[in-house]
Formats: sequence, structure tokens, C-alpha cells
Amino acid sequence: MGTSYTPPTNPDWWREPIERTEIWWIVLAFAWCLFMFGWMVGWHFVGPQNMSNEAYKTTPEAFSKKVADMQAKYTVRKDEATGEDVVSPPPGSDVYLAAMQWQFRPILELQKGQKYRLHMSSLDVGHGFSLQPENINFQVYPGYEQVTSITPNKTGVFSIACGEYCGGVDAMGHHTMLGRIYVKE
Amino acid sequence: MATTTMSDFRIDPVSGLKIHKTANTLVKWNAFAAVVFLLVGGLFGVGVALTRMPSVQLLSPELFYMALTAHGLVNLAVWIIFFEMAVLYFLGAHVLGNRIAGPKWAWAQFWLMLVGAAMVAVAVLAPLWGGAPSSVMMTSYPPLQAQPHFYLGLILFAVGALIGCFVFLGTLVVAKREKTYNGSLPLVVFGGVTATVIAVYTIVSGALILIPTFLWSVGLIAHIDPMMYRVVWWGFGHSSQQINVVTHISIWYLIASLVFGAKPMSEKVSRGAFLLYILFLQLGSVHHLLSDPGLSSTWKIFNTSYMLYLAVLASMIHGLTVPGAIEVAQRRKGLDTGLFTWLRKAPWGNPIFSGMFLSLVGFGFIGGVTGVVMSVEQINMVIHNTMYLPGHFHGTLVVGTTMAFMAVTYWLIPVVFQRKIALAGMAKWQPYIFSLGAWVFSIALMGAGTLGVQRRHADITFAGQPLAYEYPEIAKGLMDLGEIFGVVMAVGAIMYILIVLASIFAGEKIPEGSAPWPKVEDADVVAERTGKHHVGMWGMEAPGTFILAMILFATIVLYYFINFKYLSTIWGLS
Repeated sequence: MGTSYTPPTNPDWWREPIERTEIWWIVLAFAWCLFMFGWMVGWHFVGPQNMSNEAYKTTPEAFSKKVADMQAKYTVRKDEATGEDVVSPPPGSDVYLAAMQWQFRPILELQKGQKYRLHMSSLDVGHGFSLQPENINFQVYPGYEQVTSITPNKTGVFSIACGEYCGGVDAMGHHTMLGRIYVKE
Repeated sequence: MATTTMSDFRIDPVSGLKIHKTANTLVKWNAFAAVVFLLVGGLFGVGVALTRMPSVQLLSPELFYMALTAHGLVNLAVWIIFFEMAVLYFLGAHVLGNRIAGPKWAWAQFWLMLVGAAMVAVAVLAPLWGGAPSSVMMTSYPPLQAQPHFYLGLILFAVGALIGCFVFLGTLVVAKREKTYNGSLPLVVFGGVTATVIAVYTIVSGALILIPTFLWSVGLIAHIDPMMYRVVWWGFGHSSQQINVVTHISIWYLIASLVFGAKPMSEKVSRGAFLLYILFLQLGSVHHLLSDPGLSSTWKIFNTSYMLYLAVLASMIHGLTVPGAIEVAQRRKGLDTGLFTWLRKAPWGNPIFSGMFLSLVGFGFIGGVTGVVMSVEQINMVIHNTMYLPGHFHGTLVVGTTMAFMAVTYWLIPVVFQRKIALAGMAKWQPYIFSLGAWVFSIALMGAGTLGVQRRHADITFAGQPLAYEYPEIAKGLMDLGEIFGVVMAVGAIMYILIVLASIFAGEKIPEGSAPWPKVEDADVVAERTGKHHVGMWGMEAPGTFILAMILFATIVLYYFINFKYLSTIWGLS
């Protein structure tokens, strides 16, 4: 007797035994829940891809200056497509990448198998760092400098698309925002 | 407080419910407003879909961003919350045979939400008549700034919804005091209470962040920290979607009883699962913050897992107990052979059932499985803000919530509007067409997102950029395919709207005292009569449902590890 839209017919419903179908499912589902929790924690210790916890407060001015200093020091050539500086900081060093309406700059050149400390911040509104075709995605904000250690494991030309809507009009906008990273042997 | 007399009520012959006429009028107006907004938002959705097909690109970027902002707000907030107000009043008044508390406040809810939605519409659509745009998307992240009346409209809308929540809670107090029911609240009303608790949390979060943002937009506050905004805003943005989940799960339980005469397998288990939602579901708002700077992994992992995945556990429980209740009822009514006879012989031509069951299966397999996997802190890095996101949340909000709301509408129209469903032949097909569109749309977009396509892009070809980038051809193909099925989904939605409008304005009137369909017998009553007390096999009352649940389980496990495999091939990140 009873429905879901009438009060429980047994006023003492809390003491009713649970049927076997439900018991088995609850046990199995809960075991999987615990496993997933453990795996997510465990990947921080054994997995090679994890979120960095390092971040600092900054300002667009301070961050622009770091980008400019790096660019002045490590520019190696001009990009063929755009004529802009290509910056190749040494392995293990701090690399600065600025997001702004509507580009990521500077263009970077890295070495495969080497680790870099990538600093990212925005000079205006919120943006998203989306490395293609690897499909690695982070949020980038004005006022916050996130530091992630990256180790490219493939060579080639990688593009950075914007993953967070950042305004814009027809010719220029969120949908035209790109940056580039070259990875060589 | 005004006293009520019997003339304020009518007894509905369809359901046997004692219906308070004022409450009924409020349910009608909120549901009607919801459907009108579904139409408006859906049309913007078609504009978005036709622009994101790389081979069509209908709208200019400026109009695309406007349409996307409008589509998100109208369909994610306005349609859903108006319908939820109708559902809450129905649960508090109709289901409990009760009068609505404070009808004037309830009307304030309706008008505030309507005026708020209109203000937001004026702000968002301003580019159409040359005004300043507010194309900041539904998330409106600062420092992007909309017009002040954009935020003010949202605030009014939210205040209206908050009033509605308290009218519902007040209605429960009245029912308790006037003893319109005995014992514990019915399960579906308990689900309504769960939704309301989450709604209050949600709306307060929204107010906490939108009020300062409004003051910022008029120049009274100098700076809104973009991270602080995101942390608080998602307490509103994500939790509002949890209200939907709880509401549509309540509707599943309701329909199982209405169509099959089923009772919950265990009141304790189902209510316990709702309680887990109250305790843990809101932690999920961190899903949107997993790739943000300045928040620690410890904090992210605790929250993104809803503390040991206890809210996921709750959803997995409901996913079993709803079809389980149907199976047990069907078996008690004599369909006690084999594993799936109960399901095969279900009324697949009845859109109330077919819509509900499609919502259940689609929500589990499409929205649910992907939601669990994408909210892993590390996996999030390879899907965050790609087309995977719109794919996923159409798999929850459209495949699940919207389909369930549509299904229950086919039952509500005879009860609330006292009209038969017009265009019944079309109604039979509507859930299938809508679900076909929504399912393929969701899956194709998630495929494109896995291949890197970013969300909220007016043009995914990066045309004319010196630093060109082209997504893989297959990703563009998936976008074309997905958006074609987006149009199929829109056709299904338009069918629904036509059926609703035709029914309430031109449907055959149901005379007082007669029912449009025979009353469904309580499965237990049938079992009593036929002496069928033990059903099922393997010592389980619902073995078929258990097999279906195992298929879901295998899907989650497989999909989880496929994603970790994919993650393990990308650049090292630490």
C-alpha cells in the first residue's frame, strides 16, 4: 500500500528492512565512491599530471614587466607568420605568459622533455589558457599569478586558444584569441 | 489569516486530489510563464546552434554572444525556476490537500520574477535596437561589465524565487497545523523540501555576490575581485542546477506512482538519499573552480568529491530506486516473468511514462556518468571550458530536468487546467524526438570538447588569424552533427509548446466529476487481491533494475579509466 505522493502507510517506516536489490547497490556504489576519492588523492602522489597549488597576487603592471624582462633577455628569433619575437627561456627557468584581449603573448619556444615554471596572469579580464591540440585548460585572472610546472612530452607547434569568454566584437574577440608555443627536440 | 471553506476547493477526479483553487491559479500562471520562456530561450538556442555549425555560422559574433547570453539565462534560470515554483506550490498545496499560505506573497513571487526577467531581457537584447550590450554570458564574470539593470533584474528575479520558497515552507506549516495529512510528509514533498533548502542556500549566495556587483556597475564600489566573485557566484550558479536535479527526481518518483501505482521501495533509503543531497550537494559548486589559481588541492578535492562522493551516492541510489519501484509494481501486477518483461510491457506510448523514463536513463548515462568523471580534479584539466561542458550540462538540464518537466506536464494539464491533452498523437512522439535530439547533441558536443573545441566561441575556425589554429576535421564534423541534432531537440521543444498551448487554450474541457483516463490501481492492492506477495528472482525484488544499474556501473568505471588513460598522455603538469 502507498505511493510517493501520500504519507508512508507505515508510520514507523524508519525501521522497515531494506530490500536486497537496494542493499547490494548501496554497498557497491559506496565502495566505488570511496575508490574514486582515494584515486583522486593518490594521483597527486603517483600521477604526472596534477594541478599546481602555487599562486601569487600580482598586478597587470608588475606582470607585464616580468614578461618584458624575459622577452628582452631570451628572444631568439622572429616568428615567420607574425614577425613577432619568439622567446626561448632556458630549461628550468621561469616563463611568463600574459593573457590580454585578444591574444596570449609572447610566443614561446620550449624544449621537449625539459621542465619550465610557467607563470600565467591576465592584463585585463578573465581568460582561459587552452593548449591545443593537447587540450590542457586553466583559468587565467587579472591580479592572480598561477605557477604551473610544465614538461612538454611532444615536439611540434602548439596553439593557445582562449577558454573563458572575454568579450569582443565581430572582427576581434574571444573567438579570435590565440597564442603559440613551439616545442623542439 | 483568512479561513478557507470547502468552496475554495475542488476534488479532482483524475487524481483524487483536493485542490485549492487559489493555489491552482498560481500553479497555472507559473507553469504558463515557464513554457513561454522555454519558447523564447529555445529560439535563441536555435540561433546559437546554427552559428556553431562550422558549415552554417548564422549569426555575427556580436549577435551570437547576445543570443548565447539570452539562451543561457532564459533556459537555465527563467524557464526552470518558473516551472519549479509551479511544482513547489503543487507539492505543498495540491499533494497535501491544503490551501496555499500567503497567496499575496505568492503573487509577489510571480510578478517580481516576471519583472526581473523582463529587466534582464531589456539589458541583454539592447544591441537589437542599438543600445549598449550586456553580453557577459549568464556567468557575468567581472571585470566584464553589464548594464546595471542586468544585475538588478537578476536580483529581483532571485528575490521573487526566495519568496516562493518561503510560501512553500509556510504552506507546509499550514498543512501540519490544519492536519491535512497524517504522519510523515509524502516522499515527493520531502523532495520538494530538499529542493527548497538548496534553493534558499542558492539564492542567498546569488544575492551575496550580485548585490555588490550591481553596486560596482553603478560606480559605488571600485573593484570586484574576480576570484572572489567566482567562488561565491558558483554557490548560486551550480547549486541552482542542484535544485533542478532534486526537483526532477521528485517528479520521477511521482510519475512512478501515478502511472504504475508504485510505492517507493524503501522510504528510508529514498529519504536518506535526499538528506545526503541537503548535506553535501552544494559542495559541488567547486567543480567550476578546479582549474583556478589560489585555491588548494586539498580544498578542491574535499569539495569536488562532495566529501567522499556522498551526493553521487545519493544520485546512484535514486537511479536504482525509481526504476526499481516501477519494476516491483509491475511484477506485483502480474508481469513477474523474466528480467525485463516489466519494462517491455510498460506504456511506451504514454508520454508521461516515456518522457520520465527517457529522462531517467539519459540523466544517468549521459549527464551523470560524465558529471562524475569531469569533476575529478585532474580530469578537469583536459575538459575544462571546452564544448564538453555544454555537452554535459545539456545532458543533465535538458536530457534530465527539462524532459522530466515536459513529461509531468502531460499529467498536470488535465489536473490543473482541467483540459484533455490536445494533439495526443504528437504528444506520443514528442519525448522521443526531443530526447533523440538532446542525447545526440550532448554526446557530440562532448566528443568535440574532448578534441579541444572551446565553448562560447562565435567562430571555431579562428578565421583570419595570423597564428592560425585548426581543430581536427572530426571535431568540426562532431560540431555539425551535434548542432543538427540541436535543431531536432528544438523541434521536440516546439512540439511540446504547441501541445501545451493547444491543450490549455483549445483542449477538450474535462467536465466536473469525470476523469480523462481510468484510475491507476495501487500495485499492492492488486497483489493483495491476486495473492502475489513474493516477486522477482535471485532473492531480489527488482533484478532487472539491478542489471540495468550494473550496466551503468560498468559504464562509469570504464569511462573513468579511459579518461585517466587520456590524461596520462599529455604534458607533465605539477
